[in-house]
Amino acid sequence: MENPDVMPDPSSHEALIGRLGTGLVPVRRLPPPWLRTAGWLLLVLALATGLLAHYGADPMLRRWAATPDLAWAGIGAAVTAVTAAWAAFALGVPGRRAAWAWLPLPGALLWIGASGLGCLRMWIAPGTEIAGMHQSADCLLFIIGFSVPLSALLIVLLRRACPLRPVLTAVLIGLASAAASASLLEICHAFDSAATDLLTHALAVIVVVAVNAAMGGRLLSKA
Amino acid sequence: MPQALTATACMGLDSGLSLRASLDQTMPADVAMVNGSESPDQRRAAWMAAAQAGDRRAYEKLLGDSVALIRATARRQGVAPDGLDDVVQETLITVHRVRHTYDPARSYDAWLTAIASRRAIDALRSRGRRDSRELHDDFALDQHPDVDDASAAAESGQRAQRLHEAIAELPPGQREAVEQLGLRERSLSEAAELTGRNAGALKVNLHRALKALRERFHGEP
Repeated sequence: MENPDVMPDPSSHEALIGRLGTGLVPVRRLPPPWLRTAGWLLLVLALATGLLAHYGADPMLRRWAATPDLAWAGIGAAVTAVTAAWAAFALGVPGRRAAWAWLPLPGALLWIGASGLGCLRMWIAPGTEIAGMHQSADCLLFIIGFSVPLSALLIVLLRRACPLRPVLTAVLIGLASAAASASLLEICHAFDSAATDLLTHALAVIVVVAVNAAMGGRLLSKA
Repeated sequence: MPQALTATACMGLDSGLSLRASLDQTMPADVAMVNGSESPDQRRAAWMAAAQAGDRRAYEKLLGDSVALIRATARRQGVAPDGLDDVVQETLITVHRVRHTYDPARSYDAWLTAIASRRAIDALRSRGRRDSRELHDDFALDQHPDVDDASAAAESGQRAQRLHEAIAELPPGQREAVEQLGLRERSLSEAAELTGRNAGALKVNLHRALKALRERFHGEP
C-alpha cells in the first residue's frame, strides 16, 4: 500500500521532538574508543596472566630466543588484536571514518608474514615438534574456545555504542578476538609453525571471523 | 598512522571538553551561544553536550535544527521526496537512542550525517524490497481492462473516501494505531516509540479499530 499522505509534515516532527524532549534524561557519555579498547584488553591480560601462571614464561621465551620469527608472529598477533579492537570501537561511534578498518592491517601483515616465514625455516624451535593433525585440532579448539568469550564481550560492549556498519564491525571483532586467542596460544604452544599448524591457525581465524560476521552483524544492527 | 594520531589528540581533549559540557549545563543554552563567533556546527555541538546532561530546551532546539540537515542528507542519498519525512523521524529516534555516543570534542554535523545516511540507506533498501515484491505486468493489465474503468475508478475513490472518513471518526487512540500500523506500515516497536504508547496498547487499539470499521462497513458484530 502506498503511503497516503506524502506532504512534508513539520507538525509531526514537532510532536516527535516534543515527545523525545519529554523523555530526555541525562546520559553517561561513552568513553573514548582507546579507553574502551583498554577495558577489553584487561580481560585478555587476565587470561594471559592465568596461562603464564600455569605454564610459566620460560618455554615461550626459550622458543622465541631460538626462533625470532615465532616471536615476531606472536607480536604481530598481539598488535592485530589491539588495533582491530580499537578500530571496532572507533567504528562504533557515528561519524568516524570507515578508514579505521585498515588500522589492523600492518599488525596482521606482520603476523601472517612472520608465521609464513616460519615454514621456510630449516630447524625446529626447541621444546616443540611438528604438529600432527590431532594436535592441530587442539590448536583449533584453543583459538575458537578463547575467541568465544572475547568476541561476546566485544559484542556486548559495542551494542552500547552505535555501529552503523554492523558487518564490518563484526569482522573486526572476529579478527580482534582470533588474534588475541592466537597470542594467548603462544604462551603454551608446543608446536613449531609448520604448514599443518599454520593452516589450522588460519582456519581457526577464518572460522571466528566468519561466525562473527554472520551473527555479529545481526546482533549489532539494532543501532 | 596520521589518522590514529589525530584521533588520540582529539580524545585527549575529551576530558577538557566534558568540563565545558558541564558548564553548558549550568547556564541556559541561549547564554552559551551568545558568542557570535561560533559556527552552527559548534552551536549544535554545545546544545548536544547540554542535552546529554539533561537540558531539554537545548535538546529540542538541537533536534529542530537537525531536521533540515537530515532532509538534505537523505535527499543526497537519493531518497524520494515522499520518503524524506520518514527518514527524518527514524533518524530523530536513533539520535535519541544513541545520544550518549556523541563526543562534544568532535563535529555534531558529521555525527548526525552518518546516522541520517544510514537511515536513508535503510529506507531505500526497504522500499527496494517492497517494490521487488510487487508485480508489474503491464501486458496483462492492458489485456484485461476493467469492464467499466471510469465508474470503477469513481467507485473505488468513493470507497477510499468513506474509509478515510470512518478512520477520522475513530477515537484518537484507535485512529493513531490504524495510521501508524496500517497506513504507514510501521512496525509495532517503531509505532510505540513514535506515539509514546506501549506495544500492547497499540495492538488492542488496532484490534478495536478494525472491529469498529468492519461493523461499520459490513454490519458484522
